[in-house]
Amino acid sequence: MNYLDGFRNRDAADRFRKILAQLGGQLDQACFMEVCGSHTMAIARFAIRDFLPQSVKLVSGPGCPVCVTDPGYIDTAIELAGKGEIVVTFGDMMRVPGSHSTLAQARAAGGRIVSCYSPMTALELARAHPECTVTFLAIGFETTIAPVIAMLDTARRTGISNLTVLTAFKLVPPVLAALIVDPELKIDGFLCPAHVSAIIGADAYRPFAANHGVSCVVAGFEPLDILYGLEGLLRQRIAGEATVENQYNRVVRPEGNRVAQRLIAHYLMPVEASWRGLGVIPASGLTLRPEFAAFDALHRHGITLQPGRSNPHCLCGEVLKGKINPSECPLFGVACHPEHPLGPCMVSSEGSCAAAYRFASGDHDER
Amino acid sequence: MNDDCILLAHGGGGRLSHHLIESEILTRFGAGVLASLPDAAALELTQQRICFTTDGFVVQPLEFPGGNIGDLAVHGTVNDLAVSGALPRWLSLALILEEGLPLVVLRRVLDAIKQAAEACGVSVVTGDTKVVRRGQCDGLYITTSGIGEALVGFDLRLDRVVPGDRILVSGPLGDHGAAILAAREGFSLACSPVSDSRPVHRLVEGVASCAAGIRFMRDPTRGGLAAVLNEMTSGQSFGILIRASDLPFSSATSALAEIMGLDLLHVASEGCLVMICAHEVAEAILAYWRTRPEGQHAREIGVVTEQAGRVMLESVIGGVRMVDLPSGELLPRIC
Repeated sequence: MNYLDGFRNRDAADRFRKILAQLGGQLDQACFMEVCGSHTMAIARFAIRDFLPQSVKLVSGPGCPVCVTDPGYIDTAIELAGKGEIVVTFGDMMRVPGSHSTLAQARAAGGRIVSCYSPMTALELARAHPECTVTFLAIGFETTIAPVIAMLDTARRTGISNLTVLTAFKLVPPVLAALIVDPELKIDGFLCPAHVSAIIGADAYRPFAANHGVSCVVAGFEPLDILYGLEGLLRQRIAGEATVENQYNRVVRPEGNRVAQRLIAHYLMPVEASWRGLGVIPASGLTLRPEFAAFDALHRHGITLQPGRSNPHCLCGEVLKGKINPSECPLFGVACHPEHPLGPCMVSSEGSCAAAYRFASGDHDER
Repeated sequence: MNDDCILLAHGGGGRLSHHLIESEILTRFGAGVLASLPDAAALELTQQRICFTTDGFVVQPLEFPGGNIGDLAVHGTVNDLAVSGALPRWLSLALILEEGLPLVVLRRVLDAIKQAAEACGVSVVTGDTKVVRRGQCDGLYITTSGIGEALVGFDLRLDRVVPGDRILVSGPLGDHGAAILAAREGFSLACSPVSDSRPVHRLVEGVASCAAGIRFMRDPTRGGLAAVLNEMTSGQSFGILIRASDLPFSSATSALAEIMGLDLLHVASEGCLVMICAHEVAEAILAYWRTRPEGQHAREIGVVTEQAGRVMLESVIGGVRMVDLPSGELLPRIC
């Protein structure tokens, strides 16, 4: 654990507190977005907001793959479970509200829904149950896409034919491009994801810096990584610069993981994707290429994804765009809380609302 | 085949039932009150005040690193009595067996119960065995009830807690939950978590001389430390502040939590004690606990504050945030 402890050093954090305060004093205001759900989670868990100077506003971005999954996708997954399929999903998805119900409710009603830690569970279940079809709920950003595709590649090579995936893969750069041009949002800098960047590479953010003047810092998920990342963003703003700084170079290369990129491009092609709360964004998703349609759950069952129905009062979309803080939603902490989530941001531990609810920093007004 | 696994007839009340009781139960637990298989056990009390508790055990897998469902069923009930300020004396043992359960598994579980009960100094004095059809239970369920005699001097009430009191834990947190999760998911790590299933009653008995300064105790089982601390502060005029850097975690459990994205504050222990005590007695209690193997990693982890009803945590890097109740099932995070 020394590796982790080193990035959680209290003395170093105290030094960052002083540096951030000093740098923050040199700016009137700056708005940064932490793009990734794992950053949101770490910022909450280690109470990093305590370290922010008053001039810095840190908003949470759309980088929780569970949170941006459309309710219609959940409805389809429940429909497949109702057909006697074995549905395999990452655990966070179990309580995400669909239009009428959740996967957890469908499981309680008898649906064969299995929560897993690794996509390989779906492959093992498919081998163990040749009599039925196993469907993996393939959601996630670039980080998660890579292992899912690796699993599918193994299935194809080993002749497993009773395995399908229901894809709702999402890509980070297109959604950032959409957020940057939103006139209501004025983002000065992105704290760029750690592990997504390991796949796509730090160079993927260059257009945001070069064409839109947005500072970008790729930072790891440990608390000192995040504090250092915030320092990097502040220094760029003070210097009036917008560049891509890769602070997580112990993992992230400028060009990313070429092997994973090739494998992903072999199996998947870009499609427009529906983001809960953000709407449809062109070329922001990936789906199976036609030659691999046999693995596509929709194709196999001859169904199409229907748009789902969200709770009309839920402001998750505004939260996901960083336009409001979770506590500004009228449902937050009242009708919507982790035991009874109405919106997706309250479901996943990475969701902004769940993080804000669980890790509120003191006063009750955050609840 | 009869000798290999449980059959429905083992629960039918006939010859096979009697054989099961005689060969598997009485051989292990028949030395005392249970010998004559009375419908109810008659017990001699030495104290006026007793504590009585019950708990059901349905853990999967039945056997896990550090124990099995049998010793867990003893420790769970013994510990519930211990944190109530009682010295555990007697246990009941109700077994629900699934048709087809291998007898070797049952024997290992019963052996673990016998050994754990002896090590805890408690007697199994009454019990019951039922067999259900295949598919109606997951191998084996156990219910244990326990009676303990109240230790003199303990007055465990939350309304005695005052700001400035100390929060102590007797050992590493989350080892049981982490071991179960690792076993269930089939993780093979170089260094895997081991359940902390063990009794804590001697940690209570041994600090009886400090009883006047001990305000309240709990064992952080389901829901972990976060649930216990929130229960303690709920509706009360005080709050609790814990320091993340002082929380004891074993390295194997910490590693698993990092990999799986678990918040160890929410993960169960089965051999750990959380205590609120006056600051004057904290050092003496910790000093005694550390002389015992089950308390060697004991730590003071925080203080009672004036922030009514709030459980707060100072993170390892010095930020302060709230500690909320866990919500339901421990769900693995996606990344």
